[in-house]
Amino acid sequence: MFHFSNIVRTKGDPRIVEGGPSLKRPEDQLARALGWFSIGLGVVEFFAPRRVTETLGVEGHETLVRAFGVREILAGIMSLSVDKNAGLWARVGGDGLDAAALLSGLTADNPKKGNIALALLMVGGIAMLDYRAAQDTKPQRPPRDARRKLYPNRSGFPKGIESARSAAKQIAAHATVGQS
Amino acid sequence: MKALVWHGKEDIRCDTVTDPEIQDPRDAIIKVTSCAICGSDLHLFHNFIPGMLPGDIMGHETMGEVVEVGSGVDGKLKKGDRIVVPFTIICGECDQCKRGNFSVCETTNRKRHLAEKVFGHSCAGLFGYTHLTGGYPGGQAEYLRVPFADATHIKVPDGVPDEQLLFLSDIFPTGWQAAVHCDIEPTDTVAIWGCGPVGQMAIRSAILLGANQVIAIDCLPERLSMAEAGGATTINFETESVVERLNELTDGKGPEKCIDCAGMEAHVLASQPDTLLDRAKQMVMLESDRPHVLREMIYVCRPGGVISVAGVYSGLSDNMPMGAFMNKGLTMRTGQTHVNRWSDDLLHRIEEGQIDPSFVITHTVPLSQGPEMYQVFRDKRDSCVKVVLKP
Ligand SMILES: NC(=O)c1ccc[n+]([C@@H]2O[C@H](COP(=O)([O-])OP(=O)(O)OC[C@H]3O[C@@H](n4cnc5c(N)ncnc54)[C@H](O)[C@@H]3O)[C@@H](O)[C@H]2O)c1
Ligand SMILES: [Zn+2]
Ligand SMILES: [Zn+2]
Repeated sequence: MFHFSNIVRTKGDPRIVEGGPSLKRPEDQLARALGWFSIGLGVVEFFAPRRVTETLGVEGHETLVRAFGVREILAGIMSLSVDKNAGLWARVGGDGLDAAALLSGLTADNPKKGNIALALLMVGGIAMLDYRAAQDTKPQRPPRDARRKLYPNRSGFPKGIESARSAAKQIAAHATVGQS
Repeated sequence: MKALVWHGKEDIRCDTVTDPEIQDPRDAIIKVTSCAICGSDLHLFHNFIPGMLPGDIMGHETMGEVVEVGSGVDGKLKKGDRIVVPFTIICGECDQCKRGNFSVCETTNRKRHLAEKVFGHSCAGLFGYTHLTGGYPGGQAEYLRVPFADATHIKVPDGVPDEQLLFLSDIFPTGWQAAVHCDIEPTDTVAIWGCGPVGQMAIRSAILLGANQVIAIDCLPERLSMAEAGGATTINFETESVVERLNELTDGKGPEKCIDCAGMEAHVLASQPDTLLDRAKQMVMLESDRPHVLREMIYVCRPGGVISVAGVYSGLSDNMPMGAFMNKGLTMRTGQTHVNRWSDDLLHRIEEGQIDPSFVITHTVPLSQGPEMYQVFRDKRDSCVKVVLKP
C-alpha cells in the first residue's frame, strides 16, 4: 500500500506497511472543517469587506465586517488547535453576533433584503453544525469533583520513608563536599 | 512489526511497519519487552514541538533484549543481553560525552544542521522525538534499532522486573538530575512544580539527597496523594495561592531550591491571567511555550537560590521576569537528562532497595492500546499517572 509519509523516511528506517485505526472521530473532522471554513470566511470579510456589505446592501459597515473577519479567523485558529472545543463555542457565540448584525440590516428599505434572508438561513445552518461539534468535542477530562483513585501507599521507598530520610542524613553527616 | 506512529496533532496510530535493520556497524536491534509514555510525548501529541513528520515512530522510554548486533559493537553488547535504552543517543567518545554531558553529545544527531540553525548548536540525537534531534524512530514498538549501541545502553541484571528498571531510560534520572542540579543542603526546602511522573521522581530524589522539606505543587488529587506518599507537603494550585503557601511554609523566606517538572504546557487558569495570554499567543504562533511555572519560581525562590528546570521548553518564552532573576541572584540549571551520567548509581540504588520506581505505574496495557492511552494520560482520566506498554 502507498503511504505518503514513507517518502520522507531516512533510508533503512521502518516504513508503514499497513495503517492502523485513527483516533480521529467524525466530530473531530467536523471541527476541523468548521475551523477552516471560519478562517476562509474571516479572510474574505477582512480583505474584501466592501464585497460583503454590497451583497447585503449595508454599505458603510465595512469596519464592523472587518472586525467580524478577525473574530472568524481567531475562532477558526482556535477550532483547529488542541483547544478546539473552546474555538467551537466561540464560533457558536459568533454565529449569534452574525445573526444579530444581519437582523439589524433587514429593514424594509434594504433592496438586498433577499440576500440578507439567505445569509441568515446560512448562519442558522452553520450555527447548528457549530453547536453539534461543540457538544460532541467536549474535553474528556474528568470533572473536578469526579471520584478519583488516590495513591497514599505508593511511597516508592521499599524500606519506608523514614529510612530513606535517615540514610540521607547519615551521608550528609559524613560528607564534606556535596559532590555526587 | 507493530509501532505507535505519529500522524499529526492528536493522531497517533498503531501501524504495521517494516522491521528495523542494522544500518551501521555500531547498531544493535532489541526486542522491546516494555516501554512507556512520557510527558514529553504529550508535547509531541499536541504538536507543540516543531519538527515532527507523519510516519515518525514515537517512544523514548524503552527496554528489551538484544537480538542482533552490528560488527562494530565490539563485544560491549551481545545477543541476549538485557538493556534499558537511554533516551539520549550517545557516542561515548566526543568531548561532551567525555565530560558526562551526554544529552549534548556532538556526534549522534544525524540532522545536526537543523538543530544548529534553531538552537545555535546541535544536541544529542534522541529516540522518538523531533527531527531537530535526529528524527530517530522511537521505542513504542516491537523492535528498536539502537544507534551507537556500544555506548547507548544501560546493562541491567536478570531477576529485577522490567517495571523497576524501565524508568532508568528517562524519568528517574531526569528527576534525579533535577534534584542534583539543586546542590541540596540539609537545611533546604525544595519546591517542585508538577507531580507527573517526572515530578514524582524528583520528590523521591530530593528526599534521598537529604532535603529538609520537600513541597510538591499540582492540581490533581491523585498525583498530590502520590506526592505526599513520597514525603512531600503538597499545594493544590487550583484552590490555594502557591506563593502565599510557599512563603508560609518557609517562614516567609521562600524555598531555596525550585524545580520545574511541569514544562511548556502549564495549566491555563483564569486565576492565572498570564497563562491565558500565553495560550492565546501560542495559538497564533507568537510564543511557543507557556512559562507560568518559570515566572512563579523566579518570583517565589529565596534570593541566592537555584531554579532547576527539568520540564521541556521548545522555543520562545515571553515576559520572563529577568529583573527579579538578576537582582535576586538566582542560578538556573537545566537540560535534557545526561542519563548515563546517573544510571549506574541509580541502578545500584534500585538493586539495594533504596527506591523502587515502579510505584508510579498506574496503567499497563498492550502496545496496540497505546493510542487510546495517549488520550487517557493527557486527559488525566482514570487517575492515570504513568502508562507502561507491553509489545
Ligand atoms: N529534561 C528532560 O530530560 C525531561 C525528561 C522527561 C520529561 N521531561 C519533561 O518534564 C515535564 C513533566 O513530564 P511528566 O512526564 O511528569 O508529564 P505530565 O504531563 O504527566 O506532568 C506535568 C504535571 O505538571 C502539572 N502542572 C501543570 N501546570 C502546572 C502549574 N502551573 N503548577 C504546577 N504544576 C503544574 C500537571 O498537572 C501535571 O501533573 C514535561 O515537560 C516533560 O517534557 C523532561
Ligand atoms: Zn521522556
Ligand atoms: Zn558523544
